[in-house]
Amino acid sequence: MSAPTLDTGRRAAVSPAPGGRRLSLPWIAALVLFVGFWLFGGAAKWAFDYPKAWQIPAQRWIGGAMKWLVDSASFGLFTFTDLTRFVASVIEVPYRLVLSLLSTGFLSGQGSNAVELFPPLSWIAVIALVTLMGLHAGGRRLALLVFLCFAFLAVFGQWNSAMVTLASILIAAPLGIIGGLLLGIAAYRWPRFEKALTPVLDLMQTIPVFAYLVPILILFGFGPTAAIVATLIYAMPPMTRVTALALRLVPDEYRDLGRMIGCTRRQMTWRVLVPSARDSLMVGVNQVIMLSLNMVIIASMIGAGGLGFDVLAALRRLDIGAGLESGVAIVVLAVALDRLSQAYAVKAGAPHKARASDTFLARHPYTLAAAAVVALTVLAGLALPAVQRYPEALQVSVGGIFSEIIRWINVNFFDALEAFKNAILLNVLVPLKRLLGGLPWLGVAALLAFAGWRLGGLRLAALVGALSFLIAATGQWEKATITVYLCGISVLIASLIGIPIGILSAERERLWRWVRVIIDTLQTLPSFVYLMPVVMLFRVGDFTALIAIVAYSVVPAIRYTVLGLEKVDPRLIEAGRAMGCTRMQILTRIKLKLALPEILLGLNQTIMFALSMLVITALVGTRDLGQEVYIALTKADTGRGLVAGLAVAFIAIIADRLISAGAARARVRLGLA
Amino acid sequence: MFLRNRMTTTALGALAFSLALSLSPARAEDSPDPIKLTLHDWTGQLITTHIMGEVLKKAGNNVQYVQADYLAQFAGLETGDLDVAMEMWETTGREAMDAGIATGKVENFGPTGMQAKEEWWFPEYMKEKCPGLPNWEALKDEKCAEAFSTAETAPKGRYLGGPVTWGGFDDERVEALGLPFEVIHAGTDAALFAELESAYQRQAPILLWIYAPHWAPVKYKGEWVQFPEYTKECYEDPSWGSNPDMTYDCGKPHGEIWKVGWIGVKDKWPKAYEAIKAFKIDNDEMGQMITKVDLDGQTVDAVVAEWMAANEARWSGWIKK
Repeated sequence: MSAPTLDTGRRAAVSPAPGGRRLSLPWIAALVLFVGFWLFGGAAKWAFDYPKAWQIPAQRWIGGAMKWLVDSASFGLFTFTDLTRFVASVIEVPYRLVLSLLSTGFLSGQGSNAVELFPPLSWIAVIALVTLMGLHAGGRRLALLVFLCFAFLAVFGQWNSAMVTLASILIAAPLGIIGGLLLGIAAYRWPRFEKALTPVLDLMQTIPVFAYLVPILILFGFGPTAAIVATLIYAMPPMTRVTALALRLVPDEYRDLGRMIGCTRRQMTWRVLVPSARDSLMVGVNQVIMLSLNMVIIASMIGAGGLGFDVLAALRRLDIGAGLESGVAIVVLAVALDRLSQAYAVKAGAPHKARASDTFLARHPYTLAAAAVVALTVLAGLALPAVQRYPEALQVSVGGIFSEIIRWINVNFFDALEAFKNAILLNVLVPLKRLLGGLPWLGVAALLAFAGWRLGGLRLAALVGALSFLIAATGQWEKATITVYLCGISVLIASLIGIPIGILSAERERLWRWVRVIIDTLQTLPSFVYLMPVVMLFRVGDFTALIAIVAYSVVPAIRYTVLGLEKVDPRLIEAGRAMGCTRMQILTRIKLKLALPEILLGLNQTIMFALSMLVITALVGTRDLGQEVYIALTKADTGRGLVAGLAVAFIAIIADRLISAGAARARVRLGLA
Repeated sequence: MFLRNRMTTTALGALAFSLALSLSPARAEDSPDPIKLTLHDWTGQLITTHIMGEVLKKAGNNVQYVQADYLAQFAGLETGDLDVAMEMWETTGREAMDAGIATGKVENFGPTGMQAKEEWWFPEYMKEKCPGLPNWEALKDEKCAEAFSTAETAPKGRYLGGPVTWGGFDDERVEALGLPFEVIHAGTDAALFAELESAYQRQAPILLWIYAPHWAPVKYKGEWVQFPEYTKECYEDPSWGSNPDMTYDCGKPHGEIWKVGWIGVKDKWPKAYEAIKAFKIDNDEMGQMITKVDLDGQTVDAVVAEWMAANEARWSGWIKK
């Protein structure tokens, strides 16, 4: 559920660490030391199992701090809780408005005594409106796509839930985009602010939501607004990062031009920099929308309702088909919103064609058509209920077919699948788990610090060493090793699958189009939907968790490989061909080498995605940090949950920093920086 | 928000005091604000809550349903953002409930009348491979355990326990009773039933934790393993039961399913409060209604309406009191 950081560009500036060719000797020495310590250091028991007596009571501290924040933190005139409640009520206003418009209708009074003053927009009106928007923004093809997406929602009986979900996305996504943009601009302007912000963004993205769900609920109240806040915390960081990066990459010529024509600082930002960085900013917009929809399931647990609730309820009944239909409805919504916003961004950049001499009608054909549709459907809806609500008799469900397919596979192929699973489980997974579990924390921390020093210098070494020490010192080491084992294997498999697929699709436009549909689906379809069939075929346990993590984290491996290969300068390939390289040589000697930084960034994101799946894998019985977060949630122990959540974040940060440093070095070596 | 809570707590004390003293039946009227009842993601709870909601509506109360997570809802119940949760299972929600009540902001509204049953369960076709069942001592037989084994657990049998968060002392039970079984924990109950469905389709061996009221024991043919009946001493006193050195050498306890809610309900909606406390329904009724929804495909609303029509005498008694 994590998102592209896209910030390694900045780190490319880091000066290369000592040693290029001489790299191997110190490494060998360090590894020998490590293995020696591991095999013969058994006397120092404390280096293997962190002693309980030395543990930092972080759970109690954090739990206490949270309690103070919620119960008694005060600014004098008002408490912290008053402030957050006020924020919640501010967000609530537009949300209620949109929800009334799309789903509940405008009501007077509350609860079951409420009287409807004005009905919500009918399904016909909503479909007509979004189709008109599609036509307006991107022409007929887009209009058809958006029409089909929304028609799907109506025909498959997902309409009401989809509108509730849409309402919360329509509030959360713009807030996330604007908030991310402003933070990103601030980060661009004040480097110090960015320094402080970066670790905060890391934490926002990597601490599992379950870890801070309870405090959020108390601070913001139980209901859709708390869900929107949780969504914002999760979905905003990529926008912030992309903004800062994109503004920095605006060519200097534009800035010079701005200065020459006498722009003020504000004009420079809003008239010059932001518009010229539009393409990159849209990547951020895409990610905010995708991640907001990704939060739909968790949001539904805290009162947002909608499609996420339908998915959960269907799976509690083990109605896999119904769960799949609701899940696909989320995907469809994501696709429609994403393509519409992308088209509007392109359009905003194109010059206006309207002339002042045109009549009002000619200048605003879409607005007028929309108003006409709304007025007509409202009137018709009063007379014909089928206009107001999609008739139940016309709803379609194909859910039963999916349950039958799973059943068929289960009855006919279970034994073969089981044999395959057992082979992998007994020969690879279990031995590796034992191996990692037996490593001394002290040795691992030292080795990681050493790697940090070789790749990025002393500061990186200190950071990496301190974070791994903290994981041990807060008593999370054992669970952390299980986490690393599960995510490590998954990342390996995801890369082995994803990178070749990326290489294949980078050269084949048609294949790439299909692959893109698949990876978009994998990113937005709630993993819960495919997790239950996987449980049916592979039982609960690590193997099932592995499949879920791989399915989700293969997405960035594919995406960034393609991105990297497409960006390779065609002149270099031409030069290679002129020198008589074979296709294979062009690929291995030129393309892959030049695409290495992007592929490494993809690896980084694969790790982030894998870690963010931990909470989901806890639901199929793994015993890692995700499970710890989940247990803490069920025991309402905020301190325990946050400590485990922070341990996940630390693992993510260690991996991120080491890989970024490695990528920066690779760039330097290849002469790209 | 917290200020209001503090005030209500004080007011509550005063109210309880005056109620105890006065014999006059006159009481404050219910607030016109909506009473917020939480909905979770399983059918039984939806039915229970909707019956309560419909009854309150008949009494003239204003009712609102809010979708919320079973455990996360306590954050809302403590602040009064949510008012009533109709099903809090002794067996799975005890700790969260105790933590909530300990804050002084959540109140236990008494039992729903339903009893949660939780126990080891096996499909009927397993009796062929393990003839001694449902008596638990049959599981001690190594052949029988092997019939339940998988490659990971062999030669031990595999028992699929509930999520770690449910507790249940199954690891202890296996040890105390000397069963050659390994306990594997499912992460959620959806995963639990996915495994059951899979095994049942293939008529394959499975032994797992099932609870009732639920649709699974209705849909699948099978039986509960009969362990020595649970007593309090069994869990606390090692000398009790077949194993003189260990506790947990017996079956799982049956648990009440409680109604809980915000402490302020008593004050704000005194009549509704009484009705909620009076609410009672039993396992058989609930099991039938769950089956109608989950297996026969009726809607929750239709089933609730049917119940309301058939039981008017009962529910009107709740709101009269």
